[in-house]
Amino acid sequence: MPTNVKSDRRYTKDHEWAMASDGAVQVGITAYAVEQLGDITLVNLDVKEGDLVAEGKAFGTIESVKTLSDLFAPVSGKVTKINKDLESKPELVNDDCYGAWMIAIEAPASSIDGLLDAKAYEDLVASLDH
Amino acid sequence: MSDQQPKHTPLHAEHLRAKGRMVPFAGYELPVQYAGLVEEHRAVRSAAGVFDVSHMGELELDGPGAAAVVNELITNDAAKLVNGQALYTCACNERGTILDDLIVYRRSAGAWLVVCNASNREKIAGHFAAAAKGRCNFADVSDATALIALQGPRALAIAGAVGGPDLSGLKSFHFAKATLAGVAVTASRTGYTGEDGLEIFCANADAPQLWRALLDAGAVPAGLGARDTLRLEARLSLYGNDIDETTNPLEAGLAWVVKLDKADFVGKRALVEIKEQGLARRLVGFEVTGRGIARHGYPLQDASGAVIGTCTSGSPGPTVGKNIGLGYVPSALSAIGSPFVVDCRGRPAEAVVVKTPFYKRAI
Repeated sequence: MPTNVKSDRRYTKDHEWAMASDGAVQVGITAYAVEQLGDITLVNLDVKEGDLVAEGKAFGTIESVKTLSDLFAPVSGKVTKINKDLESKPELVNDDCYGAWMIAIEAPASSIDGLLDAKAYEDLVASLDH
Repeated sequence: MSDQQPKHTPLHAEHLRAKGRMVPFAGYELPVQYAGLVEEHRAVRSAAGVFDVSHMGELELDGPGAAAVVNELITNDAAKLVNGQALYTCACNERGTILDDLIVYRRSAGAWLVVCNASNREKIAGHFAAAAKGRCNFADVSDATALIALQGPRALAIAGAVGGPDLSGLKSFHFAKATLAGVAVTASRTGYTGEDGLEIFCANADAPQLWRALLDAGAVPAGLGARDTLRLEARLSLYGNDIDETTNPLEAGLAWVVKLDKADFVGKRALVEIKEQGLARRLVGFEVTGRGIARHGYPLQDASGAVIGTCTSGSPGPTVGKNIGLGYVPSALSAIGSPFVVDCRGRPAEAVVVKTPFYKRAI
């Protein structure tokens, strides 16, 4: 199965991606997560700009026709932006999951160094797909 | 059952070939979806889909006493059936709550088939076997029987395309022996999707040949996910969600399969009492008008936040284009148009009771 993983970012075991740029970390979900969820129908963010999120804590949920999944913050920090487009167009996550970021967290680029790199994440997905 | 490895249906290899995403379900490993739930849902609404429902239980009762045994265990009245006709029914316990929902087939006066949910197979087989003892023969033939549901407006055309007879004269809830794709089958004009279609019984060994022929003729393989959204839009009950041993058929909106005027049956006395006392709650269909998707188990609340009931089934309805659900609410709050709130994991979403089915096909 093609895993479709990008090398310009890091990953979590919960199938989220984190990409650092300009002092912030954008967060989204991976192609594997999208494939598992199926047709995405709702993105609910429990945070607004200025709120603090803590690493490993849920900041929202994403729902497909069949199921729902929590969204976890990969790093701690202040939410600098949320992607409001997803409120009315959750299908953007299906269309381009690596473009459809959900929130941006104020954090240094080094904050994601401890997350999985593309190779490690690919291996993780491969181990799930045996 | 839970400790055992999931069982495979005779179509397991076909599911893997069609890249089905396999999940455990009622003791079996079955595809939740192939290409995509919504795509499969739409294929069934607009053309034809094919589902492996071989996990369902098939019980046979034969002999002169079989008709009476069957009719004593079900809430609907099998006495009115003719040969080749089937009916949907509940089987209740003495408390009048639901052991299972079934389709009962009359092959002849002395030969009956009962199809039950896979999750209830052992319970229902035991229930029927006990009643049959000394009165008629009983056999659980589930493990030897495959069942394929061919559903959608093109279902009958596809059955014809694989060499089947013209089944357009086969009435709803009637069944007949036929040969499809060279396979001896029993084709029943029934289903669980709200569409026209057939449920096709055949021997395990013949199932792959029939399945492949149906796909080649244009039927889209559809999984448990689409089966659930299709049945919800059509407001067909799901055992374990909408009905179970804590619910009775009257409050579940299944009074139409409860014939209190027929001779005694298991649960009759309790159901008469329940009816006389009046229903405390009812299973209603609702539409989430606020932002949220109702799911099984979510609390339903009134405007003050007090819990008034529980959502038993819920999801987006791909054809109706709304987030819909079923749930039990007090009778006084069950009228069409009654508002309430669904507690979606702490997020309140407004909802309103609506008429069901949510989706009804054009005849």
